Amino acid sequence: MNKTCWIGTRKGLIKLKQDADNHWQLSAPQFVGDPVTQILPDTGNGTMYVALNLGHFGPKLHRSSDQGLTWQECSSPSFPKQSDNPDEGQSVELIWTIEKGAGDDLWTGTVPAGLFRSRDKGDSWEFIDSLSSLPASSEWFGGGFDEPGIHSICIDPRDGDCLTVAISCGGAWRSTDGGISWQEKANGMRAEYVPPEQAFDHNIQDPHRVIACPADPDRMWSQHHNGIFKYDESDGLWVEIKNVVPSAFGFALAVHPKEKDTAWFVPAVKDECRIPVDNKLVVLRTRDGGKSFDILSEGLPQEHSYDLIYRHCLDIAADGDTLMMGSTSGNLWVSENGGDHWNCLSNNLADIYCVKFGHD
Amino acid sequence: MASVEFTPNLSRHIECETLSSNGANLRELIDEICCDNPQLKPYILDDQDRLRKHVTVFIDGVQVQDRKGLNDLINMESSVYIAQALSGG
Repeated sequence: MNKTCWIGTRKGLIKLKQDADNHWQLSAPQFVGDPVTQILPDTGNGTMYVALNLGHFGPKLHRSSDQGLTWQECSSPSFPKQSDNPDEGQSVELIWTIEKGAGDDLWTGTVPAGLFRSRDKGDSWEFIDSLSSLPASSEWFGGGFDEPGIHSICIDPRDGDCLTVAISCGGAWRSTDGGISWQEKANGMRAEYVPPEQAFDHNIQDPHRVIACPADPDRMWSQHHNGIFKYDESDGLWVEIKNVVPSAFGFALAVHPKEKDTAWFVPAVKDECRIPVDNKLVVLRTRDGGKSFDILSEGLPQEHSYDLIYRHCLDIAADGDTLMMGSTSGNLWVSENGGDHWNCLSNNLADIYCVKFGHD
Repeated sequence: MASVEFTPNLSRHIECETLSSNGANLRELIDEICCDNPQLKPYILDDQDRLRKHVTVFIDGVQVQDRKGLNDLINMESSVYIAQALSGG
């Protein structure tokens, strides 16, 4: 079966499809000129979604029931109106993640940090106040944006009421009752950017990305601001993977759909610099749960690279071998052998904000 | 009635022909024009019903001052122009 992949860029949405010879073909762009901040191609019911962040007119959500041939705007998540005082209350600035839940459920995470659920394919959204009203939320702070944001929502495929969200910067939180109540889920994460006595404070952690292994959701991986961490539910603890070369800093993460010990990361120089180490773009792959890493560089630029891979810009297809990666410099690469070799598909796109494989 | 025009760039996203309104201030005007076209409101106002950060409004050529309360007054003969700011693109 030929694969499909969707690329959200600062200047529009691009569909890639493999042709009969398995070559990737880029389609004409859609939403030309508009920043595409998130894509949900596979909802299981034939509807796909894209989130836009219109520079002047705010975040918008569109859906398609014909695999992206035509689009209709639907309702966007919004914070409830707080009071008659116009100085109070938050407004969604960015739809940062969209995930499919049980049945037709959709979940979105936003900047500022808000969690929303739709049970009607995006016709309406319920604000999950229980998370935002946690006393701990007053201590959350921005990481990359002025306001804290939710970028990762891991929904347990065995139980749609069990979800883990990750917040930059506000740690990780789990609900086992569909968002009614929440428990801290950042035990073991370590932060280098605060005074040492606060390093293990759950609430100030900056997990740049958290993904659970689809075949074994009790294993989660995180590319954290200052390290790579893995979590096993049996231990209830994040364990830091140390001595990662060339760097443990990064944003993007991909987890093998079946093998929980196999994951990919894209290292960079922290904190303000944010370029590949020595201007050489590489991907790290572990196949043994972080005991060792392969440094994969074949086909990637090994000089003069300023490519940063944002947290939603590395994805893996259901086959576990095909990876797609897009950068802030508008470069797009595919690997069809688990990262051993990368082919450049374009050097000319706008900044890439998200990469998502569609139906196989 | 006051006339209400929109930046042509907004028509890339949503239908917004020239309208008219009896609103006595900007809040009433926006409520009135969005009554028939509710999809228009989130393009102009944020979740708390304030003017979006990168949207601005001119009333008879003067940029509005009360971006949160939307209490700037409007006459029956006013020309209101809903524009995008130069920031935010």
